[in-house]
Amino acid sequence: MSDGRLSVFKTYKLYVGGKFPRSESGRVYEVTDPKGKWLANVPQSSRKDARDAVVAARKAFGDWSGATAYNRGQILYRIAEMLEGRREQFVREVADAEGLSKSKAAAVVDAAIDRWVWYAGWTDKIGQVVGGANPVAGPFFNLSTPEPTGVVAVLAPQGSSLLGLVSVLAPVIATGNTAVVVASADAPLPALSLGEVLATSDLPGGVVNILSGRTAELAAPLASHQDVNGIDLTGAAGDAELAKELEAAAAENLKRVLRPSVSRHRPEKEAKDAARPQAVDGSDWSADPGTHRLTAFLETKTVWHPTGALGASGSSY
Amino acid sequence: MPTTAPPLADATASDSALRRFLHGLPGVDTVGLEARAAALGTRSIKTTAKAYAIDLAISMIDLTTLEGADTPGKVRALAAKAVNPDPLDRTTPRTAAVCVYPDMAATAVAALAGSGVKVASVATAFPAGRAAPAVKLADVRDAVAAGADEIDMVIDRGAFLSGRYLKVYEEIVAVKAECGQARLKVIFETGELSTYDNIRRASWLGMLAGADFIKTSTGKVATNATPANTLLMLEAVRDFREQTGVQVGVKPAGGIRTTKDAIKFLVLVNETAGEDWLDNHWFRFGASSLLNDLLMQRQKLSTGRYSGPDYVTVD
Repeated sequence: MSDGRLSVFKTYKLYVGGKFPRSESGRVYEVTDPKGKWLANVPQSSRKDARDAVVAARKAFGDWSGATAYNRGQILYRIAEMLEGRREQFVREVADAEGLSKSKAAAVVDAAIDRWVWYAGWTDKIGQVVGGANPVAGPFFNLSTPEPTGVVAVLAPQGSSLLGLVSVLAPVIATGNTAVVVASADAPLPALSLGEVLATSDLPGGVVNILSGRTAELAAPLASHQDVNGIDLTGAAGDAELAKELEAAAAENLKRVLRPSVSRHRPEKEAKDAARPQAVDGSDWSADPGTHRLTAFLETKTVWHPTGALGASGSSY
Repeated sequence: MPTTAPPLADATASDSALRRFLHGLPGVDTVGLEARAAALGTRSIKTTAKAYAIDLAISMIDLTTLEGADTPGKVRALAAKAVNPDPLDRTTPRTAAVCVYPDMAATAVAALAGSGVKVASVATAFPAGRAAPAVKLADVRDAVAAGADEIDMVIDRGAFLSGRYLKVYEEIVAVKAECGQARLKVIFETGELSTYDNIRRASWLGMLAGADFIKTSTGKVATNATPANTLLMLEAVRDFREQTGVQVGVKPAGGIRTTKDAIKFLVLVNETAGEDWLDNHWFRFGASSLLNDLLMQRQKLSTGRYSGPDYVTVD
């Protein structure tokens, strides 16, 4: 303000159905850095925002799941490109949100960008890995292909505001699901800014919907929602009681549930995490992601098809 | 009363008398009308009031299928849905009626026999209304003969817009005569009438001619029922009853798809025409997809969980 210019603060908003609404409830809450310094006011979403987000995600599901895997890969790569262009902004936001130094935050943002590229490559390859032609004793082709589960509610990790978020979100949409994401409650700013990246990446509106607010308040209606097909409970990792309740509610319509700690059980690392509240989700987000998050929200469709007449020669097809 | 009521008996004596009467109706304050409709749409209706409103709205639906592709099977499926909208919850009220084309009326009558759900049939060369008067009347006779309880006719918008009010009036009178016991709903197609003044004139014209219901639109044009034009028609039926003692129903149709929209209309009814109209004998919704949204909201209220399109029928 030394040059007499007024500060222009950013109004953080939700990302729902390709638009940037405020919370329907009109509520906001204060977000601070780990030391308690005020960063911004963000919308405190209500269950109605969650419902609207599910409607948007359901609407987007047909086109997104029907898009070619190649096209989805291009769009995910485009997200990486857009994120790269806003690298400085995200470094600043991640550093503030997680109390990291600039260089550490830069490493996190780079890893998040690379994570998009990683999953962009997987969109048209996961089918070969988990699908295939099954040998059967009869004159049939028997083919299994993975299909997206549907609308997936994603509780983003509480500790890792960008890399963790990308690590749970990208695999869900890479396979053709649409997502309703509940951002980290205490560090939602990188997630809300990611909405702006997604909006400019050719990603159809509604494929990803990002809500900020209290995780428990938003997770409950999502877990019991009859039009949500899967839920990733990563963000409830620090609250075993909540995770249990959500899983019970999710059973009502047989949702796919991804439990908080699906990563390999590593006692020495967990002990280290316990001493470091940043990593309560029990996952090392910088590790090789593998494919288990891609396969968590896939359904296998198997088709039997007659091989037809083999001809007089009796040869194969 | 400070002002004397318009001499309604003489209003329809001749074309010029009718024009004098209709053009003598007070002009509509467009800004005021839309502002009032919008203001009434901001009421917050929650919990038990919402549950009541949802059940009331379901009981007011004319469940409609008016497609070229209608088949007897589709009409029967719709009839089954009208009688039992939510098979998972038998406390769900029935809809008021099923609304079909005249050639499907007999199918609907057979499917709904004894259920208490009425059969409404559109007629008079719906939706354009561009046919010879004799053809229109034959259309009505067919529907009545097939057993329709209610006839939804369209007015001749061409005649109305060119100022031949008496022609429109006489056509409604003739159709009413063909209806016998069936109640007559008169569709104005408000989206084609251009101005609110015209909607007010059409409302009075329809009521003078003996309409049992006045209905906004066919659902086949770009602009269908809006809160503002429905509010205007509710004011007309209220004023008409004040002057003549005759109560006329209102039916907004087309474009009402969500529970929120439906509840806004019910607020308009209550605040404008009054409680007497909060009954499916006097107020209807012409709708098809609205019912599914009402059912999903109803399920939400009874179970506490948000429902989804997998739990209602695909029509």
